[in-house]
Amino acid sequence: MSIKQNFTADALPDFRNLGVVARILLGVNALAFAAVLVAVPGWDAALERILLVAARLEPALAMTLAVLFALSPALGRLRYWHGVAAVVALALAVSGMLHAASAAVGDAATGLPRTLALAAGAALLVLAYLRLLTRAYSPALAEARLQALQSRIRPHFLFNSLNAVLSLIRRDPRRAEQALEDLADLFRVLMQDNRRFVPLADEIALLERYVNLEQLRLGARLVVAWELETAPRDAMMPPMVLQPLLENAIYHGIEPGTGEGRIVVHIARRGARVLARIDNPYIEEQANRAGNRMALENIRERLQLFFDAEARVETRVAGARYVVEIEMPYRAAHA
Amino acid sequence: MPEATLRVFIADDEAPARERLKELLGDLASALPTEVVGEAQNGLEAVERLPQTRAQVLLLDIEMPGMRGLEVARHLSGLELAPAVIFVTAHDRYAVEAFELNALDYLMKPVRASRLAAALGKARDAGPPAREQLAKASAQAREYLSVTERNRIHLVPVRDVVYLRAELKYVTLRTRAAEHLIEESLVALEREFAERFVRVHRNCLVARSAVRGFERAAEGGDEPHWNVVLEGVPERLPVSRRQWAEVRLLAKDG
Repeated sequence: MSIKQNFTADALPDFRNLGVVARILLGVNALAFAAVLVAVPGWDAALERILLVAARLEPALAMTLAVLFALSPALGRLRYWHGVAAVVALALAVSGMLHAASAAVGDAATGLPRTLALAAGAALLVLAYLRLLTRAYSPALAEARLQALQSRIRPHFLFNSLNAVLSLIRRDPRRAEQALEDLADLFRVLMQDNRRFVPLADEIALLERYVNLEQLRLGARLVVAWELETAPRDAMMPPMVLQPLLENAIYHGIEPGTGEGRIVVHIARRGARVLARIDNPYIEEQANRAGNRMALENIRERLQLFFDAEARVETRVAGARYVVEIEMPYRAAHA
Repeated sequence: MPEATLRVFIADDEAPARERLKELLGDLASALPTEVVGEAQNGLEAVERLPQTRAQVLLLDIEMPGMRGLEVARHLSGLELAPAVIFVTAHDRYAVEAFELNALDYLMKPVRASRLAAALGKARDAGPPAREQLAKASAQAREYLSVTERNRIHLVPVRDVVYLRAELKYVTLRTRAAEHLIEESLVALEREFAERFVRVHRNCLVARSAVRGFERAAEGGDEPHWNVVLEGVPERLPVSRRQWAEVRLLAKDG
């Protein structure tokens, strides 16, 4: 699974994607209202007309979207122009049916040909808009953005870790070896192509390696509680989404404190979604420790590129804890 | 003549980092005999422990919890036997420049034995860093003010200070609980803590958050003027006519 899947040129949009559905709804309504505003002089009259139009438009739109939602996988398998034809045919069928229904109760506002022409026009315009959007986020552009978003570990972490390993070489060579192996694993992931999805299990293993290293230098000050009982380890996700959050938690929640601090890593499946929550002690007076926002924005943008509107990143301060929560769609590895 | 042993104090919040420095000092011992006379794992500990050790050189991590390295160095510089300071950091050169630390000597982690040896030699000759230099390198205001007794440093959190008043040679620092004399200039304090204190008089800064109100005062033949009423202390401090325009605004905020 890779990002390319989401960005193949000239493919029908995924009609089950929240962002796509929202864009269709807004797009068609905007078209209709703009048309009314142009056609009808006077605000009051226009408002009245808009309500009338909406009463006819919304049922047709909702039904079309519902059918598109149901047929989305099948449509996705068609060639692009066949798919376009199918979508237009669907819009025609739905609006034709509704037209017939309202005619039956003597409520038809215009003739059937006019209704069908408007439906086909709206469908084509929206498809053109979505195609344009897909092109704007063309694979090349999306990949360039992703590359720019390649996560970076703070140099401060690397040098402190190397320093810790140096201190182990004479006293505890075995632990030094293990630490270097952890460091190698971490940097392997860090330097690899971050556009390929990985199973959650890999990301969890990475978190554990990373915590091993931090434990080395922070000792008893760092306590990590893992709540992974219901974590869907087969869920596919972009790599290096959780590690930067854990790094932030340690950098802002443990390092500035003199005593012991506890970080809770909670990952669970919630229906069709994966929820990850990391929380750390909230230490005020963090003005001099910049970089938090950057890492978060980076992750937010990457998740948006992969999942559009279906991923969520939220932060909050709850009492004496700072909480970061991520939600994304659960997509199992292909069995 | 055998060279005298150099007394070294190590302050770093990470145990492995302290171990590493001790190993390196051990490696250098034949050329440069040293003795580790004390260790601290945060800034406050360093300020508390170092004075009794009569350390000559302090190896000081810049990024420490409790109190940052630069502030530690500033408080220690008031000691009669202030140590020379070698800053140690895992940050890269750019970050260090952001600390405006370039004027001071520093080592980057992981530290090399040869660099450490050179820095120790240099530090021993140069002695403690100048206070002005440390003040200039500090981008941020301190969190504490320090009162130095012979070989003890008493720290007063800046947020506890109600007012600072210049006397002949000293500045009186008043908290709700006590009064101390510190050897600093009121002008420099005003500049460093501009956000926290406001000048009410030629010789006096008061904490903005402590201002409760103002009282009109006219004693004897004096011109009538205003006194500021402060939270937690009974004293009323006069507001000069020059400062009144700015200070009166505080009454509305509070």
